[in-house]
Amino acid sequence: MKNKGDVWFKRITFLFASSIPFLLFILVFILLQKSLPAIVEFGPGFVFGTVWDPLADKFSALPFIYGTMISSLIALAIAVPLGMGCAIYLSEVSQSKFKEYIAVMVELLAAIPSVVYGLWGIFVLGPWLVKIIPGMTYGTCMLTGGVILAIMILPTITAISREVFQAVPYNLRESAMALGATKWECFKLAIFGPATSGIIGAIILGLGRALGETMAVTMVIGNRPKISASLFAPAYTLASVIANEFAEATSDLNLSALIELALILLVITILINGVARLLVWKTTLKYNPR
Amino acid sequence: MDKLKIKTEKLNAWFYDKQVLFDIDMNVYENKVTAIIGPSGCGKSTFIRNFNRMHETVPGAKADGKIILDGKDIFNKKYDAVDLRRDVGMVFQKPTPFPTMTVYDNVAAGIKLYSRNSHSKLDEIVERSLRQAALWDEVRDVLNQPGMSLSGGQQQRLCIARALAIQPKVILLDEPCSALDPISTAKIEELIHELKKDYTIVMVTHNMQQAARVADYTAFFLLGEMVEFDITTKIFTNPSDKRTEDYITGRFG
Ligand SMILES: Nc1ncnc2c1ncn2[C@@H]1O[C@H](COP(=O)(O)OP(=O)(O)O)[C@@H](O)[C@H]1O
Ligand SMILES: [Mg+2]
Repeated sequence: MKNKGDVWFKRITFLFASSIPFLLFILVFILLQKSLPAIVEFGPGFVFGTVWDPLADKFSALPFIYGTMISSLIALAIAVPLGMGCAIYLSEVSQSKFKEYIAVMVELLAAIPSVVYGLWGIFVLGPWLVKIIPGMTYGTCMLTGGVILAIMILPTITAISREVFQAVPYNLRESAMALGATKWECFKLAIFGPATSGIIGAIILGLGRALGETMAVTMVIGNRPKISASLFAPAYTLASVIANEFAEATSDLNLSALIELALILLVITILINGVARLLVWKTTLKYNPR
Repeated sequence: MDKLKIKTEKLNAWFYDKQVLFDIDMNVYENKVTAIIGPSGCGKSTFIRNFNRMHETVPGAKADGKIILDGKDIFNKKYDAVDLRRDVGMVFQKPTPFPTMTVYDNVAAGIKLYSRNSHSKLDEIVERSLRQAALWDEVRDVLNQPGMSLSGGQQQRLCIARALAIQPKVILLDEPCSALDPISTAKIEELIHELKKDYTIVMVTHNMQQAARVADYTAFFLLGEMVEFDITTKIFTNPSDKRTEDYITGRFG
């Protein structure tokens, strides 16, 4: 005999759980519907075109996709080694009290509002980069955007990697030490392997944050929809252009094109998360066959 | 007369302010099995974890006194812990293969830390270690499978093979069978019997029958003190201390 309360419990929790795919579905549906005019007008060329000219009603997405991807990759290139190093120090190397202060400061970095990062980027980081990097002339450019993003995702990568390292059972460390491993060898032998999928997870979460970050990047990246091979040139990201132009879109087609950009950002994020899940799933499957 | 391998002199150990070992003087003889028995929490693990200085890696842990291995004091600051652990291998209570490594890589993990070997040399060492650990016949066809895919008893022998691969002089076993079924336990006991031809073995067990079956010497610990140390048959048939007798006859603990 089934308990009545149990049945209701099941129904209600099912309702809550199913509201999540439902919300996602609605979101995608609305984005699709609203971007339909632009999709019809420009077809697949929208994704690969390089012109964004609201006055001529000509729109395409590549400069923004490029800006988003490159600034995020710069951020990862800086934040992954830094964050991993920091996490290894905090979890495996230091036994002093000092590490607690560092850990707290890392968490604090995550609490600073995006717009504050932006201001700091304009007034401090940009000019400073111009001073130390030969060939860099503007403070607002792709590189500054990437560096700001790196600082913003550093707490995510550090905190999650640290948690992942600490989740590795202590007896694996002891096994490695008992074989005569130094601390670094101990990390390579006993911790890195089991932590791989978690590290990938940390990186992807950082990447997710970098891709979608809007305010700070908008303030320092220069906001010019041109693809340039130089990291010192101004650039533009998907999130930035949407935030900047949405309120003052000149035409319905302009609005529709902006919404299609949002759709593209969503698809990129979902794809990247999907690939990450797949990687994590594959590693866990490989090492926990039963 | 048996040859002395390790000698502890007035060994004391602490966790923070709590002293857990008191003035232990004990001998370990070459190519013999020495068992440490005693109730849970009496300091058996702490004692043998001093032999490879794993004790000092725990926060708050401290030790003093002497442990002389082949004539050298291992607490001497000039004695590098990494070198010591090459000479004194250890196997823990729960099998701990490295979870992302294959059977082969688990065995090779230790040697790879110390020297570069050709593939064929490595193959040779892995096979030799697995044979010594009486595991070769069971795993020769699954060397590239994850170590975790083996059964519990096989995993423990894999850990023994991993320790043997770097050819230590002494092997420490901390309750190696307490997580295993009787058949696996019997296999490991048989293995220990074989291994003492080439190695000196110190094992902790709280299973007295096991000590009686495999050990040449037995030490009885109680509340951080060594109550009695003697030839195993003497400990089990004619102990000199009343507390030892009470323990082995099951009157407490
Ligand atoms: N990491 C630790 N921190 C503090 N106390 C510990 C720690 N490990 C063991 N102890 C204490 O030291 C004593 C001896 O423990 P242990 O050597 O593990 O005993 P046994 O192996 O005989 O069961 C026990 O009282 C235990 O509570
Ligand atoms: Mg113990």
